[in-house]
Amino acid sequence: MADTTAHLEAHATGHDHAAHAHEPTGWRRWVYSTNHKDIGVMYLIFAIVAGVVGGILSGFMRMELQEPGIQIFHGLASMAYGVEGGEALDAGKHMYNVFTSAHALIMIFFAVMPATMGGFANYFAPLMIGAPDTAFPRINNIAFWLLPPSFLLLIASMFFEGAGPGALGFGGGWTAYPPLSTTGHPGPAMDFVILSLHIAGISSILGSINLITTIFNMRAPGMTLHKMPLFAWSVLVTAFLLLLSLPVLAGGITMLLTDRNFGTAFFRPAEGGDPVLFQHLFWFFGHPEVYIMILPGFGMVSHIVSTFSRKPIFGYMAMAYAMVAIGFVGFVVWAHHMYTTGLSLDVQRYFVAATMVIAVPTGIKIFSWIATMWGGSITFKSPMLWAIGFIFLFTVGGVTGVVLANAGADRALHDTYYVVAHFHYVLSLGAVFSIFAGWYYWYPKMFGYMYNEFLAQAHFWIMFVGVNLIFFPQHFLGLAGMPRRYIDYPDAFGMFNRVSSIGYYITFVAMVIFFYATWEAARKKRPAGDNPWGEGATTLEWTLSSPPPFHQFTTLPRIDSTNAH
Amino acid sequence: MTGQFLKKMGALSAAAMALSPALAVAQEEAGYTAGHPLPGQFHLQRSVTPIMDSITVFHDGILMWTISFIVILVLALILWIVFRYNAKRNPVPAAFTHNTLVEIVWTVLPVVILIIIAIPSFGVLSDQLTTPDGERKYLGSNIFSFGEVEVPAPELTVKATGQQWYWDYEYVDQGVALTSLMLNEEDRAASKPGQPRLLAVDNELVVPVDTTVRMQITADPTGVIHAFAVPSFGIKIDAVPGRLNETWFNARETGIYYGQCSELCGKDHAFMPIAVRVVTKEEFATYMAAFEGGDYDAANATLAAVQ
Repeated sequence: MADTTAHLEAHATGHDHAAHAHEPTGWRRWVYSTNHKDIGVMYLIFAIVAGVVGGILSGFMRMELQEPGIQIFHGLASMAYGVEGGEALDAGKHMYNVFTSAHALIMIFFAVMPATMGGFANYFAPLMIGAPDTAFPRINNIAFWLLPPSFLLLIASMFFEGAGPGALGFGGGWTAYPPLSTTGHPGPAMDFVILSLHIAGISSILGSINLITTIFNMRAPGMTLHKMPLFAWSVLVTAFLLLLSLPVLAGGITMLLTDRNFGTAFFRPAEGGDPVLFQHLFWFFGHPEVYIMILPGFGMVSHIVSTFSRKPIFGYMAMAYAMVAIGFVGFVVWAHHMYTTGLSLDVQRYFVAATMVIAVPTGIKIFSWIATMWGGSITFKSPMLWAIGFIFLFTVGGVTGVVLANAGADRALHDTYYVVAHFHYVLSLGAVFSIFAGWYYWYPKMFGYMYNEFLAQAHFWIMFVGVNLIFFPQHFLGLAGMPRRYIDYPDAFGMFNRVSSIGYYITFVAMVIFFYATWEAARKKRPAGDNPWGEGATTLEWTLSSPPPFHQFTTLPRIDSTNAH
Repeated sequence: MTGQFLKKMGALSAAAMALSPALAVAQEEAGYTAGHPLPGQFHLQRSVTPIMDSITVFHDGILMWTISFIVILVLALILWIVFRYNAKRNPVPAAFTHNTLVEIVWTVLPVVILIIIAIPSFGVLSDQLTTPDGERKYLGSNIFSFGEVEVPAPELTVKATGQQWYWDYEYVDQGVALTSLMLNEEDRAASKPGQPRLLAVDNELVVPVDTTVRMQITADPTGVIHAFAVPSFGIKIDAVPGRLNETWFNARETGIYYGQCSELCGKDHAFMPIAVRVVTKEEFATYMAAFEGGDYDAANATLAAVQ
């Protein structure tokens, strides 16, 4: 809670900024931007564009899987590559794998991460800790501008030869296991993907360095780490996860690159290499990566739940250190993605035990959110609906994670749709719901206008129904044994696949409403006011104008010793 | 005793999951003896090995109940909060931020639940990864026991090699091998119309019933990774070039049990099914004698034709 002085000072700066002569305008404001808020907005727009591309790819997949047999992709391949008959069928089967791979990579690296760690973290972490900007504004600029070329490289990869003549694009999954990603894809498409991931990785590492430095060094006077808002905590933990895990991915995919092009044999069994080594490297990055996607959401949901309950966050210290614990343990559980690779019994036992430990801090977070709401005086505005939706859906995704953590049960479920359902519940429903929660929570702050509450709630309810219809039946498919990454399936799996596809169309309608709501808010220009959420919204960003001044906190706010978080 | 209880709980939870009574009826009528998924199936495939027995009881009897309880608890708390602590009914919010007792409870209780899960979990896992020696007892349906099911030592070794995109099988000790390809729709309609689309193959892997079969799994050294899986047996293991992975099964019922490649391996990943035909020991002996004589077609002719 900021004290009155901070409030007044913030306002003073708000009026001052007009006097600033060197506020850039036009395209220079954006391309040359060193302003954390402008960069944050660019990240958010980028994430929305990438999210649409990734969502369209999954739309083709759901249309294909709507019925048994191959309906869509041979036609798509025929249209895209001008091939016919059996050739079109083969190209279509490969194209399906390209779509699944690109869908995953786009959603992870270009939609969720830019939205949370790029957009919201850049925009709001400095505001929440009372900082005028981030520590390294120029690094912030390059971190963002590395993403579009990286994204273009990934898109370009879909138009270059992948698995052989006529098979364009990389269809080896986002996990890119060799030998499928080496000898299995001799064409240049995979090299494009590797370069794309390298650049996206550099972007994230730079962004993380910037955020860690900002949070450690630029907190307002009086704001100790233990008074820092939980969103800033979540960003700090996530930035460390990125900083420690991405270099391992970079190493792994560089080894892929040299295996592919320069005659090394890290993963080539014929020359003494080991394909499973790549899986260890990949998942040493890949498992922290899933927490990277969800942790900022944890932070956002904490603030939203507290704001709309008009009640301080329950168990602040436990909430902060639960995230730290999740981050730590997240680094020592990677091989639970590899229970079927032939790991020894002792190794599998260890990873079962370590993985189950994560359920404890995760449980603490869920129950603390519930306790924050308990006894509150709750208004169910749209950000709160998304946050509550997040808590419930994340719980569903979390408990199926406990099932999969048991190597004994995973034997039946590994690489089936059960896993697809599980990670979409925590990501597509968890992380994405938290992103929409943050979007509707901070939209008035970022843009100064209020959206139409009815449209925002319609977006929530339709999307809630849609995504549950998509992913809940996939648990059943997985239990019954339907493997992942299949373009066609035995007829017995038809019914639940059809339900799942219907869910996609409903979700599509929800997304149309989202865009309409955003357009409507921009057109109607209803002033939001500095703090549309009332007394529950206690963090520093609500002491500023909406949108905040171009440069804020020229006089730093002081956090007095009695302030809560 | 606990085994029986858990089995009943498992059946109960499967029944509770039945979204539509029609589905349950359809599965009853089919007698549920199939070695492949049935239309609208929403639970694990039918078990015919002690390993899959333990997985089924572990999942249906313990995990399903635990996670359903947690989800219902969280949902109930949220609904109560929506009902009781909305701004209308509760205009003045409370200000508490700590409650040491409940914080200890919701930390310790999950730990206890996880330990209760971990005990059978480790047992089920150990069974899967320990090849029988004839002495060791296996859990079967009774996952809280120290092992009650006797499983003989392996009497047959089969090496499965994942190719792009089909499976090669070799009876290692007999020195005979076969290739198993998925039937396209034309051939399936002509030769095995009763077998499911995308699962039916030209040549099934034939093994004897009530016999422990050691499976060695690998992939073509110049190929990519595949995964060998048969849901009814409770086995799934990657076929990695340059590695020889091992698993085992002991099927107690004759029939054809299907699985599908379970690691992305390229364009025909969805079209390289696994079909294991379990026959009586006598039938297998006749089959193998003919096969070892060098005539695979004659060997196949000794078995009843697959419809």
